Amino acid sequence: MDSFIVISLIKVVVVFAVLLTILAYLQWVERKVIAHIQVRPGPYRVGPHGLLQPVADIVKLLTKEDLMPPYANKLLYLAAPFLAMTLALLSIAVIPFGPVINVAGYRTAMQLTDLNIGVLFVLAVSSMGVYGIVLAGWSSNNKYSLLGGLRSSAQMISYELPLSLAIAAPLLISNTLSLHDLVERQSGSILQWNVLHGPFPQIFSFIVFLIAGFAETNRVPFDLPEAENELVAGFHTEYSSMKFASFFMAEYANMITVSCMATLLFLGGWVAPWPAQYGSRFVPAVIFALAGAVMLYHGMHPARRRDQMSLPVFGILFFLIAAVFLLPIVQSWLDPLFWFCAKTGAILFAFIWVRGTLPRFRYDQLMGFTWKVLFPVAVVNLLVTGLLVALVS
Amino acid sequence: MDVILFLIFAIIAVVGAINVVVQSHPISSAISLVGVMGSLAVLYLLLGAEFLAAAQVIVYAGAIMVLFVFVIMLLNAGAEVRKGQSSMALFLGGPLLVALLILLVWFVQQLFPGVMVHFGGFRGGSAQDVGRALFTTYLLPFEVTSILILIAILGAIVLARKEMD
Repeated sequence: MDSFIVISLIKVVVVFAVLLTILAYLQWVERKVIAHIQVRPGPYRVGPHGLLQPVADIVKLLTKEDLMPPYANKLLYLAAPFLAMTLALLSIAVIPFGPVINVAGYRTAMQLTDLNIGVLFVLAVSSMGVYGIVLAGWSSNNKYSLLGGLRSSAQMISYELPLSLAIAAPLLISNTLSLHDLVERQSGSILQWNVLHGPFPQIFSFIVFLIAGFAETNRVPFDLPEAENELVAGFHTEYSSMKFASFFMAEYANMITVSCMATLLFLGGWVAPWPAQYGSRFVPAVIFALAGAVMLYHGMHPARRRDQMSLPVFGILFFLIAAVFLLPIVQSWLDPLFWFCAKTGAILFAFIWVRGTLPRFRYDQLMGFTWKVLFPVAVVNLLVTGLLVALVS
Repeated sequence: MDVILFLIFAIIAVVGAINVVVQSHPISSAISLVGVMGSLAVLYLLLGAEFLAAAQVIVYAGAIMVLFVFVIMLLNAGAEVRKGQSSMALFLGGPLLVALLILLVWFVQQLFPGVMVHFGGFRGGSAQDVGRALFTTYLLPFEVTSILILIAILGAIVLARKEMD
């Protein structure tokens, strides 16, 4: 019992430390990717390739003046960023990153806790998350904030329906609500993943889930609540310093949650695309070695003088990581973690990619799209899936 | 542990429920109601009805109350003003409230004599059990309720249409 508490505490600390670091660096990744889409270098001054930019941003946000608008509803104004942040971070508690493993004689799951209603827990927490945004918009006593909050609540109520229906379809196939069991049912090969799994591949609900997920996290092209050309900054117009930062972090945390859920529900979680005996266990090492080789090559022929030092260092680092992936002791838990992060990372990249390429919807288009397109597609998909599952089983 | 948690969330639920009525601003009342829904969900969870707890949060706290808050914000309702309050309300209402509470306690005592609460002892709160019960034992009430809700939605649309023309 005591070892259980100690292990759980260690896991909580590790998961949240990693999550917060990833939150900070996701911002750097986003700026870099969008910069490259727009053919410019992006953050480059703070540290090699701007790698210390998140640290500089955090220091800047912490030291900014914290303003409180007059006539704001003080209690709700202060509670809103706290709510948004807490609820955004809470979902990670049930997300499994890997199978049950043995570390130093202790048997533990790579997951903070496995609820038998894990999927519903994530849905419940994310459906509460809208309060942070709505209350922020209302309590600021600012018409732009209020409009942002209103848009956000209307949008989140509307998109939650197709989102829930899209989640229900793969659950019918997997026949469980526990996120851990959900992945176990998809183990094997890529054909067992819910997105391709018989009797009815869930490709439609995967697409509906992703689109609704974009809307739920207020990302482009659905970022109407913070449309800067009409609403200044939307619901967080009046927020500054760390309160502003917590809305920012909440948005990124929600992105990570949606990506994790898409991975777990549709893409087989930590399961490799083909079984380990056919060589999937060498894929991580090969990828990291390739990345290291590319970096070494560019370090030899640097485009900018400062790359002469930084790129070879990172190249060697990547080779070391590749070597670690080949160690048989750590392979049992590092490989699942790699596949989970690879899939989640791919979806996060899609989030950023879409932001770099798509324009924003008009408000009536946004509402028409969910009620007239997404919702019927999700319902028909759920009906067909249910029918086929009932016929086959 | 269970008892302490129960007491904490029961107190939050009761205080929140009183706060819904006492608060003069509709948004504050709505937020208190969300608190009540949340603590009710925790009470369900303590009893072992985890599916019901999740459904409570998703449906009531997440969907219905967001809609409430949305409407309050859309109408931009300000704080209520106390006016025309008769002192009769206090003199008659107070004793009536106490009498009602005593009656409720008495009825619960009479209806469930000697029933002990076992925290987490309830089996049959999983999604499978609830689903099976809904589609076998309670199929007729379930379907009738669905049709009732459908009629309500259609009615709302018809009423809204009339105003638009």
